[in-house]
Amino acid sequence: MQSSGALRPIVIPGEAVGGPGLKPGPGTYSEGGRVFAAQLGIRDEHEGLVSVIPLNGRYIPQRGDAVIGEVVDQGPSHWLVDIHSPYPAPLHATESPWRVEFGDTARYLKVGDVIMCHVLSVDEIKRVQLTMQEREARRLNGGMVIEISPTKVPRVIGKQGSMVSLIMDLTGCRIYVGQNGRIWLDGDDRSAAVAALAIRLIEERAQAVGLTEAVRELIAREQPRGRGPRPS
Amino acid sequence: MEDIEHIEKEMKLIGADGRRLDGRRFDELRPIRIEAGVLRRADGSAYIEWGGNKVLAAVYGPREAHPRHLQDPARALVQCRYNMAPFSVSDRKRPGPDRRSVEISKVISEAFASVVFVEQFPRTSVDIFIEVLQADAGTRCAGLTAASVALADAGVPMRDLVTSCASGKIDGVVCLDLNKDEDNFGDADCPMAIVPRTGDVVLLQMDGHLTYDEFQKAMGLSIDATKRIYEQQRDALRRRYSVTLEDILKESPPAAAPVEPDEPSSPPEEDFGPEGI
Repeated sequence: MQSSGALRPIVIPGEAVGGPGLKPGPGTYSEGGRVFAAQLGIRDEHEGLVSVIPLNGRYIPQRGDAVIGEVVDQGPSHWLVDIHSPYPAPLHATESPWRVEFGDTARYLKVGDVIMCHVLSVDEIKRVQLTMQEREARRLNGGMVIEISPTKVPRVIGKQGSMVSLIMDLTGCRIYVGQNGRIWLDGDDRSAAVAALAIRLIEERAQAVGLTEAVRELIAREQPRGRGPRPS
Repeated sequence: MEDIEHIEKEMKLIGADGRRLDGRRFDELRPIRIEAGVLRRADGSAYIEWGGNKVLAAVYGPREAHPRHLQDPARALVQCRYNMAPFSVSDRKRPGPDRRSVEISKVISEAFASVVFVEQFPRTSVDIFIEVLQADAGTRCAGLTAASVALADAGVPMRDLVTSCASGKIDGVVCLDLNKDEDNFGDADCPMAIVPRTGDVVLLQMDGHLTYDEFQKAMGLSIDATKRIYEQQRDALRRRYSVTLEDILKESPPAAAPVEPDEPSSPPEEDFGPEGI
């Protein structure tokens, strides 16, 4: 959207977004050969596929998503993780990076711990399973977690992660962005606060033109004097 | 003691000039104002002023359905709570659900269940809360109209907005959108809700009696009116989401100037409240 210049008009559920010959993509439905918006959002057309990019909505887990979750319960061989979605997500002990004895789950993760994990599978009735077998999966110690609308996550990440690496470079914070709209930040108090502010700015102005510049300016203004950006 | 029967006969709800007590013609709506996104904690919200009605609607979800035994493995539940504030009517309304509000909650949730893509969110529930702050007849229509805007604001996938309006009969004349006096002293009231794109009727109730022809006329009036209300609903949503866009456009000249280019972006910092950042 940044590159497209003009702001795209929003579409409202029930609005026609495409005629015959176009395929209905995410956020749309077809009826009588025509395509209509199912969600409030911005219309997007790509190779004959019409979709609506939602402006709001809950996180619905998808296989392979990297998410940030909070352990809310533990069983003898699994943990229950809150991933900020309508569905409870269990993490089985065998999917953890540790060798967990039956009944010994509390040694590795406790209720209240925050983890970076991946969605292993989602079945047709949306039963979710998590995994920590990926390389970047870990328990997150220290830092803080902020929540944004999951629909704004792509803007926070940017093209090939450009936006998040910009914030990391300028503030010197370590940042993990989960597809579920949770963002983990770690750095000294001041830079973490500045990074959080920058993320709030992105969330609020997700459709804005020149977002990268606005973020750069905000960080430059808020960053304490006398300390330049550190490499992350 | 006054003879109530006698007073009723004296009462003229439609004047000789064909105008009603509040000066409207038979096919005129009361003024409607809708605002979307008025509550911060809710996933979606809307506020409507419809004549003397003031109604707030909030939507949460899709979220985990509680209690668990209510969960449906095939689809989402659409749950609705219609509630009137004790101060919403002239006599104090005893707080809490009563026969009337349970019924209205049921019919409204069923109206929305037919437009929301419930099969996309198995085992969850979409919760709709309708709070009537001030009532002046037609609160279920106002509530439904606001709740539909709130649902779209929450980003819940749905086939179309639902639009609602009532018609009735006063002094033997079929009229649109009855107000309190017309509802109390009129002959019939018939609220309905339609899906404007397809014309599907998702709510239809009637209090009093209408002949077949009168009913046809009332339906016609309501369907016509819902088209106008539909535009207002869409407009409310567009306004809600263009606020940020307009702000950006407004801010672009100062952004070019050298002094404090991003100043207007600072206030949101306080807006997030204690748990924001």
